[in-house]
Amino acid sequence: METILFYVFSTFMVVSALMVITVHNPVRAAFFLVLTFFAAAAVWLLLEAEFLAVILIIVYVGAVMVLFLFVVMMLDVNIAELKSGFVKNLPIAVAVALAMFGTIYFVVGGNQFDIHNFVPPARHAADYSNISELGKVLYTEYVFSFEIAAVILLVGIIAAISLTLRRRPNTRHQKVEEQVAVKSTDRLRVVKLEPKERK
Amino acid sequence: MLTLTHFLVLSAIIFSISLAGIFINRKNIIILLMCVELMLLAVNTNFIAFSYYLNDTAGQVFVFFILTVAAAEAAIGLAILVVLFRNKRTINVEDLDTLKG
Repeated sequence: METILFYVFSTFMVVSALMVITVHNPVRAAFFLVLTFFAAAAVWLLLEAEFLAVILIIVYVGAVMVLFLFVVMMLDVNIAELKSGFVKNLPIAVAVALAMFGTIYFVVGGNQFDIHNFVPPARHAADYSNISELGKVLYTEYVFSFEIAAVILLVGIIAAISLTLRRRPNTRHQKVEEQVAVKSTDRLRVVKLEPKERK
Repeated sequence: MLTLTHFLVLSAIIFSISLAGIFINRKNIIILLMCVELMLLAVNTNFIAFSYYLNDTAGQVFVFFILTVAAAEAAIGLAILVVLFRNKRTINVEDLDTLKG
């Protein structure tokens, strides 16, 4: 049963990964990448990495791919021009990919990773929590790395905002910080007027 | 019966596909970034497979950090792409020759 599930999801993964690199439209490529991530999450579930499978869908499909789609739709790109070298580069791409796969298969395809050397561990019970197991090591052994990860995300936020922030001095817009900082004395000036004698 | 070899070969296939994608779509930076994400996915699958078969949580912690860094990388990369398009009106890699590299 697990083997059938593995083959179904890995077929999905490989076919949609092939579609990502071959379709002409970047929006369709992004959607096929989403399908690849979903299939990969299912494969990770077979390996009992439930938390990471959920994170893959929430963070990658929910945030990163939506960001990709936003950028693809924001940029006015001439797709035909970008695709012009497709046929010319195809033979070398296939050759390099086959060479790469052959090299990796030479290492992992033998019997050193088979069922005798790496015995599959027994499945955990239904009440086993992968999240608490991961949290125990993440917040004790790897707590320093965890804080560095938080700093990296902060740097990412600041870099992305400061790169894309654009000031246009000629446009009319509200200055919110001045609106907030304003005092009542700036708005209203009380002038003392002496009553004049009427002639 | 599922063995470790199944998962290693699957991630090798995904990695090779994304490598071919980098060669095929040499001009389109968006597809190049997507291929990098696919490569990271293949590597993460390797980490999780070894973590399961060696019964060691460290592999999953490592994938957690890779996902964090990859999210930051995608955000900054796309921000650079937007700035690039705003300045040069193109995302074709062959037009980006200002540095004469």
